[in-house]
Order: sequence, then structure tokens, then C-alpha cells
Amino acid sequence: MTPAPSPEVLQAPLIVEFPFTRSLGPVQSAFLTGLRTRTVLGVRTTDGRVLMPPVEYDPVTADELSDLVEVAPTGTVTTWAWNPAPRRGQPLDTPFAWVLVRLDGADTALLHVLDAPGPDAVRTGMRVRIRWAGERVGAITDIACFEPYDGAEGGEAVPHSGEFTDPVTGIVAPARLDYTYAPGRAQSRYLKALADHTIRGERCPSCRKVYVPPRGACPTCGVATDEQVEVGPRGTVTTFCIVNIKARNLDIEVPYVYAHIALDGAGLALHGRVGGIPYEQVRMGLRVEPVWSEDSRYPDHYRPTGEPDADYDTYKELL
Amino acid sequence: MREVAIVAFGQSDHRRDSAEVSEVEMLMPVLHEVLDAVGLRAGEIDFTCSGSSDYLAGRAFSFTMALDGVGAWPPISESHVEMDGAWALYEAWTRLLTGEAETALVYSYGKSSPGDLREVLTRQLDPYYVAPLWPDSVSLAALQAQALLDAEDAEDTVADERALAAVAARSRTAAEDNPHAQVTGSPPPEALLGDPYLVRPLRRHDCPPVGDGAAAVVLAAGDTARRLCHRPAWIRGMDHRTEAHSLGVRDLTRSPSTRLAAERAGAFEAPADLAELHAPFTSQELILRRELGLGEGVRVNPSGGALAANPMMAAGLIRLGEAAAAIHRGAADRALAHATSGPCLQQNLVAVLEGDVL
Ligand SMILES: [Zn+2]
Repeated sequence: MTPAPSPEVLQAPLIVEFPFTRSLGPVQSAFLTGLRTRTVLGVRTTDGRVLMPPVEYDPVTADELSDLVEVAPTGTVTTWAWNPAPRRGQPLDTPFAWVLVRLDGADTALLHVLDAPGPDAVRTGMRVRIRWAGERVGAITDIACFEPYDGAEGGEAVPHSGEFTDPVTGIVAPARLDYTYAPGRAQSRYLKALADHTIRGERCPSCRKVYVPPRGACPTCGVATDEQVEVGPRGTVTTFCIVNIKARNLDIEVPYVYAHIALDGAGLALHGRVGGIPYEQVRMGLRVEPVWSEDSRYPDHYRPTGEPDADYDTYKELL
Repeated sequence: MREVAIVAFGQSDHRRDSAEVSEVEMLMPVLHEVLDAVGLRAGEIDFTCSGSSDYLAGRAFSFTMALDGVGAWPPISESHVEMDGAWALYEAWTRLLTGEAETALVYSYGKSSPGDLREVLTRQLDPYYVAPLWPDSVSLAALQAQALLDAEDAEDTVADERALAAVAARSRTAAEDNPHAQVTGSPPPEALLGDPYLVRPLRRHDCPPVGDGAAAVVLAAGDTARRLCHRPAWIRGMDHRTEAHSLGVRDLTRSPSTRLAAERAGAFEAPADLAELHAPFTSQELILRRELGLGEGVRVNPSGGALAANPMMAAGLIRLGEAAAAIHRGAADRALAHATSGPCLQQNLVAVLEGDVL
């Protein structure tokens, strides 16, 4: 058995980024549209409390709620936390306090941030008011932040129709998370070998099957695959499909063939594109070999070797 | 009702960064450990349930890769929760209670090291009103801690910053006996109070370490449990409850969901001698102690708890496992185990475990 080399850890940046487009129900729509016009809406529950921010169902009774009311843009801090180091995406880029604020006229609190000179200027019970964003689009960030306020207290919540011209019916919530992807031992070994134009599988110590690409475990036996086995480079097309739709950002002429290819010595087939042959001539049993484009760290595609086709019995277990 | 017990528990060493191994490579030794402990092979387990999160991995359906580690071919009876493994254990428990299975393997794992955990966890928040502000997990816990400090001021009791530091010091000192812990040892509470705030009122010692880890347990019913384990940790009751979604609706100083889950699990029917609480932040231990009515006579988190190692998605399952392991070795007769998920003790699970009197 070839002892497994201790691989250096491969790592690469992985960015997961997506703009979530979300539709709003009637209550959320009214609330966010209201913010656009500097109007703060809550919703009255069937037992008379005012929830702000408003929701469509009472978290206590599960009653459906629609009785909108307007509350004041001033309120009281119910708890706070001083954040000395703002992070990406947060509302302020200078140190600030996270706060829960109960607006005058409301019975529940809104999470937002408070612009204050330092933690000594913040306390539970302090009075604050909304500082509006200059440009408002119908989003929670239309409230730029809260700021200290020593003026008069707002009154009771008053009924509001919730009707606005051109109501906001949806939001786009962009999200981005940054990762450092590390594929682990087995896949690191595979990728490093691939960079040297070698395809390496790993053998299960129990059932002796050779996995390629290896993921570190035999899914049949539930044990680590450890023995390194060089497979291919030649292999056999076990099954295939003809792709007729061009994928975005993919510079390959359609139609083309995508195939399962059982490399010689491998216990299962991997995926690859078949080129160097008219698509309609690709067939089960076709013998192929990888083609590495210059500086490529993986095979660009597989092409026919010119050998006679493999006998069905030699690959029927690998479909 | 059918008797069901935890008959084996294993966990990885919890570390800040485990980049050299994939999730399945991290998990597999733990799976082998628990299966070996009961002398079963993967194919002999009736039901398998796991807990993990795609947001930690940054990849969709990431749990399917880990399935390779349990020998999922030929097909097995399997389920997954996108949550802490404690909830996977709950699912497996109900499966055994119905008589559909005699044994179950429950595992969970999480690698926080690839991403920025404080940012990743913002994605579990309300996407309309809260997530667009990117409030990180430490800041939300700090809001809860401040609410507790303010409330206790009013009640003239001892939940001050020193009490928080005492929780940290006790937990990390206890973790010196836990070979798997990520953070062990602590200066005395007074010394901790000299540290700067991370997010006031929380200092670094009030917060859990960020790390990678995995855990697994084996459940078995009735005589099978007796055959597999010298002293099974019988699950006498288990329940989980959730709170209102919006933080501003809740009284953050209380945890009514923990109280209710404990009541339904039978926690108040007899005193426990040990409790493993999943309190990632020091202030949360004080809240949980009060809700569970834990007096001075109860040993709380002799493992060091989540303040010593908090692998996301596994730390709650580890609380159940640690409590069970204490019963297995005769160090406890009746133990409470608690798991939490979500910000500021959003969801809470409580289990009551007992060993037979030998
Ligand atoms: Zn195998």
C-alpha cells in the first residue's frame, strides 16, 4: 500500500452572494412603505397591544392582524449593547450602540442602532428619536439610526389606513458571506495530483473499491479511504447525454456531449465533457482520454483514444 | 411508554480551525467511536439522524457529503435537521418511541472556521426587519445580557458583571478535566473584569470560543439498551419549545420556553444532581439556572459547557451526550440536559436522563 502523503492544506476563497427578492404581505408592505414617507406604523392586536414593528400574526394568540396604527418617531431604549467595532453591512461605520427601542405608542420594541458619542452616553431608559435616511426606498434601513432626544414624548397610537400611493410590495435583500474553502485531506490530494495531470483515486480498505474523485470516506462501508491509486488516464464512456442549451458564461458550442466516464482502475464513473468527435458519434463503450489545456489544473475534456470500444460487460457495473 | 436510552456518546476535539479535514473526515472517527462502543456496524443501525447547517459550510446540501461517513449505501433510513443535533436526537427518540426502530445513530457537526461566524449567523434572523441591519450574534447576546443586568439592578440581586465572570471562570476551570475542550483554564473572576469589552457588556470571556467539532450518540430501546450499555442513560422525558420570533416582543431576561420544555420533560418532578446547560454566553447560564430552578446542590456544566467549546450544531447534542456519559460512568443518577438554538435562547430543548440504581 502506498502511504498517503501528508498534504499541505489547500484553501481558496469562496464567496456566496445572493440578492434575495422577497414579497411583502399587506402589513409589512404598509410598514415599509410608511418608512419611505417618515410614517411609523404598528399593528394593534385583538387584545389591544400595539406591536411595532408590525407583523401579520399575533405571536401570542396567532390571530391575523391588520389594524394598523401610527406611532411616534420618538421612544425609549429598553436595552442596549455598545459595539466598538462596526462590521460590514451594519447601519453605521462609527462605533454605535445596538438598541431595542419602544416607540411612544407601541408596546414592543424595534431593533436598530443608536448614534451616540460613547457607551457612557447610553443607558436603558434613555429617550431617542429616529434619524431618517436621506434617500428612502421602503426598507428598514430608511431609518438611518436613532439619536438621543430630549423633546416631548409622543402620544398614543392613532389609527392609520395603511394606504399609500405606489406602495412597496417587495424588498431585495442582498447577502454576501465570505468563506475560505478547504476541501480536506482526500480532496486536497486529488486536486494536487490533478494539477500535475495525474488522476488519483483512493481505495476503500474494506470493500477495495477505488473512488474518484475521493471524498475521504467509502459510502458503503463508512470508513476512511486511504490508499492512493492512480487511475486512467484512459477510460470508457458508460453513459452520456447531449446538451442542447448553452449555459450562461460557458464558452462551449452546443450541442455537446456530457458523459459518465469510468477511468481504468476506478470503481465508479466521473463526469466529463467528450470532445474531438462529432456529438452524434459518441456512444457507450467509447474509449477516451483526458485533454489538458495549457496551464489547466483539470482536464478540459475527454477525447477518443482510437481504441476499439470496450465490451459492455467491462463497464456495466459502473453506469 | 417504551424505554429509550442514550447508550454511547463520542465527540471530536474542538478546535479553532480544522482546515486540514473535510466535514466527513472530521466526523468519521467520532462515528466509529460510538459504534465501536456498542459493538455495532453502521448497517446494523435502524435509523440515522443528523444536524448541521449549510450556512456554516457555505454550500447547499452539505449534509449529504457527511452521509458517506455512515455508510449510506445500500440505502439506510435517514433524516436530517438543519439545526443543532439535539433536535436530531429528539427526532430519533420519537422514532424509537413509536417502535419503528430499536437503535438510532445521531450525529452533528459544524465547522465555523471557513466563514465569519458572527456574520453567518445573521442569516437566521428575520429577513425583512432585522437581517438587513446585520446584527451579529455577539451583539444580540449583549442586548440580552444588558437587559439582565438592568433587571437585576432593579431587583437588587447579584447578576452583575462579576457574576458573569464567575460563570466564565468556573466553566473554563472545569474544562481542564475535559480533553476535548477548546478553551481551558481561567484567571479568577476579578482578574477577568479588567479585560476590555468585546460588545459591552460582554467581554471575551463571556462569549463562547468559535470552533469546529462533531459529536455522535447511539440511542437504543429497552433490553437492547441494556445489552449494549452497562448503565444506560434513560431518557425519562424530553421537550422543546420556541419563543416569539421578534426579539422586541420578548422579555429577554426570561426564558419561558425553557421553563415550559423542562416542565413537560418532567424536570421538576425530582431534583437532578447534574445539569449540562447549553449557554453559549455567561448571562444565558444565569437565565437558564433561574428557569430550571437549579440550586447550589446541582453540578452545572462539569464539562465546561459551551463556554469551553461551542461547535455550532453539535454543542447542544454534546450537552445531552455529556449528561448521558456522566450517568454511564456512575457520576450522576439524574441529569438535566439543555440545548438551545437561535439568537438569545430562541429555541430550547430540555431532557431528563436517569440511570438505573445499581
Ligand atoms: Zn468500502
